[in-house]
Amino acid sequence: MADLTVKIKDLVLKNPVTTASGTFGFGEEFADFIDLNLLGGIFVKGLTLKPREGNDYPRMAETASGMLNAVGLQNKGIGYFISDIYPRIKDLDTEIIPNVNGSTIEEYVEVAEKLNEVEGINAIELNISCPNVKEGGMAFGVSCPSAIAVTDAIRKVYDKTLIVKLTPNVTDITEIAKGVEVAGADAVSLVNTFLAMAIDSKTRKPVLSTVTGGLSGPAIKPIALRMVWQVYHAVKIPVIGIGGIMNATDAIEFMLAGATAIQVGTANFIDPQVSVKIIEGIEAYCKEHNISSVSELTGALENR
Amino acid sequence: MKKIQDFRVKEYRWLNETGYLLTLYSDLKIEPVLPGNFAEIQVPGTPEVFLRRPISVFDADYENRSITFYIKVAGKGTKKLGELNQGTIVNIIYPLGNSFTVNGSKNVLVVGGGSGIAPFVLLADELKKKNIKTTFLFGARTKKEIVLTREFGRLGKVWVTTEDGSLGEQGLVTQHTVFKDILTFDKIYSCGSDPMMKAVAKIAGENRIDCEVSLENMMACGIGACLCCVTETTSGNKCVCTDGPVFNSKELAWQI
Ligand SMILES: Cc1cc2nc3c(=O)[nH]c(=O)nc-3n(C[C@H](O)[C@H](O)[C@H](O)COP(=O)(O)OP(=O)(O)OC[C@H]3O[C@@H](n4cnc5c(N)ncnc54)[C@H](O)[C@@H]3O)c2cc1C
Ligand SMILES: Cc1cc2nc3c(=O)[nH]c(=O)nc-3n(C[C@H](O)[C@H](O)[C@H](O)COP(=O)(O)O)c2cc1C
Ligand code: FES
Repeated sequence: MADLTVKIKDLVLKNPVTTASGTFGFGEEFADFIDLNLLGGIFVKGLTLKPREGNDYPRMAETASGMLNAVGLQNKGIGYFISDIYPRIKDLDTEIIPNVNGSTIEEYVEVAEKLNEVEGINAIELNISCPNVKEGGMAFGVSCPSAIAVTDAIRKVYDKTLIVKLTPNVTDITEIAKGVEVAGADAVSLVNTFLAMAIDSKTRKPVLSTVTGGLSGPAIKPIALRMVWQVYHAVKIPVIGIGGIMNATDAIEFMLAGATAIQVGTANFIDPQVSVKIIEGIEAYCKEHNISSVSELTGALENR
Repeated sequence: MKKIQDFRVKEYRWLNETGYLLTLYSDLKIEPVLPGNFAEIQVPGTPEVFLRRPISVFDADYENRSITFYIKVAGKGTKKLGELNQGTIVNIIYPLGNSFTVNGSKNVLVVGGGSGIAPFVLLADELKKKNIKTTFLFGARTKKEIVLTREFGRLGKVWVTTEDGSLGEQGLVTQHTVFKDILTFDKIYSCGSDPMMKAVAKIAGENRIDCEVSLENMMACGIGACLCCVTETTSGNKCVCTDGPVFNSKELAWQI
């Protein structure tokens, strides 16, 4: 059997398949459907310093091969996560990776400082790419200086593996990737959702309460794949591939494009068992192609 | 426990041009379903329908391992679910959500509109088991949309309103004369359009009658993972798929 472990700085994942923040709750929601211990990691729902109610309903719209969401980081705050949620999931044999959010650099830093103290949490994902909040979020991720500033500030207080999640809503994603690499990111994950919109022609109104939202699902996969490939060639740190991954073939394509690991997002809504099926599919692919270590796939794209 | 399970299409019973009962069967045993629970149905063979569709469980037959849904065509997914061949595999996640509470009342009013009558067969079965007297009030635009009155008639008295007066009293459900005697009821259950449920909840509130409503917010996951389906309550946003779909109307922000 192939060795499925992958390394992202000091973070060791037992396989490259993880679940994307905001699409997998805190993992527990899926315990009836899969053995969570099989996963490489779980990126849990976005956390902020203070509790947030999120945006008004409607927060979602189905679109061609995908969906829009405008949840707006509803969560009970970092304190509640550490005291009430994390103890319930900490004994899982998988990496629990919090997704860190803020509306100011100070807020980001405070959340990261708190997580730095939590034993068992070996990495955080810094979300500078949420399109659904008025302040902070994507605003940090669309300009190079602010992406660098927030990464740099967190790097000073966070000693473990720091992953920075990038937005695709920029002219050149490689510029931002290179910026956060210099600022001390140990890895980048991409992509977050694409800023998008849905309109109900009958009512002539936007479907979402926020008018715009974030597009995810297979509709974004080819663009996400291109961005992962570009970023892989622009930086030296590992890349985590995200965007419309529905099956093992999609996951392998992202690895060939340069991803060290992948996140499964929207697909979890359609098939709550899909993450485990992807692990099995990658295993089968390795066997079929005589691959001894899955990390051989990373960036193994051949020239045309 | 929530389960993901393959079923097969057993049969259809069309009730009018846009409403049908879909019965699915499984080789495996059926999980226990409570009144108000729903399923997330994957619509087979339609790439245009990306997400699952939440549909209340209309009836479950544990002996024959079958489960029935009452579906009203609202768009592409509910249309396709009405066109499957016998034996087609349909994957569902169920039982989801909470359920109506059935306790302590003596005389209840059940108000439904459109596909909102779907959870009421299981509810009325439960009420009957507990010897609670049940009165149904169903509203629709026109006669054709009033369905299953015979089935419900076995479980209680059925009143009907239609907006065009083609069956029962003319007007909106909340204008029905049964509301003149509202104080004889000690509990109201309602499921249907938001404006209808709001109007019913308002009457319940004014008369201090306990009222439970079942919401039909749009959903992506149905299992509490995405936080897309929230409704505003007196204690903040709650997920309709896990904290609901049934809420006491007092809890809902639209009551205030
Ligand atoms: C908990 C729950 C239980 C439900 N039970 C039943 C049931 O037993 N029987 C039944 O027929 N329907 C039920 N519904 C409603 C059903 O889920 C929607 O009608 C269905 O998802 C529409 O899918 P579609 O592909 O046919 O429509 P689409 O093509 O997706 O949309 C067509 C139109 O319907 C609207 N719509 C889409 N989803 C919903 C929704 N959830 N609620 C209201 N309007 C919507 C859209 O805005 C659009 O205008 C329930 C919904 C929920 C949340
Ligand atoms: C309902 C929903 C909620 C999300 N919430 C978050 C979040 O809190 N933090 C975050 O970094 N990304 C969030 N995302 C983005 C996903 O993690 C992922 O980057 C995106 O959906 C693209 O992947 P996919 O196409 O596989 O879903 C959310 C996505 C969805 C659909
Ligand atoms: S539909 Fe996803 S949380 Fe309710």
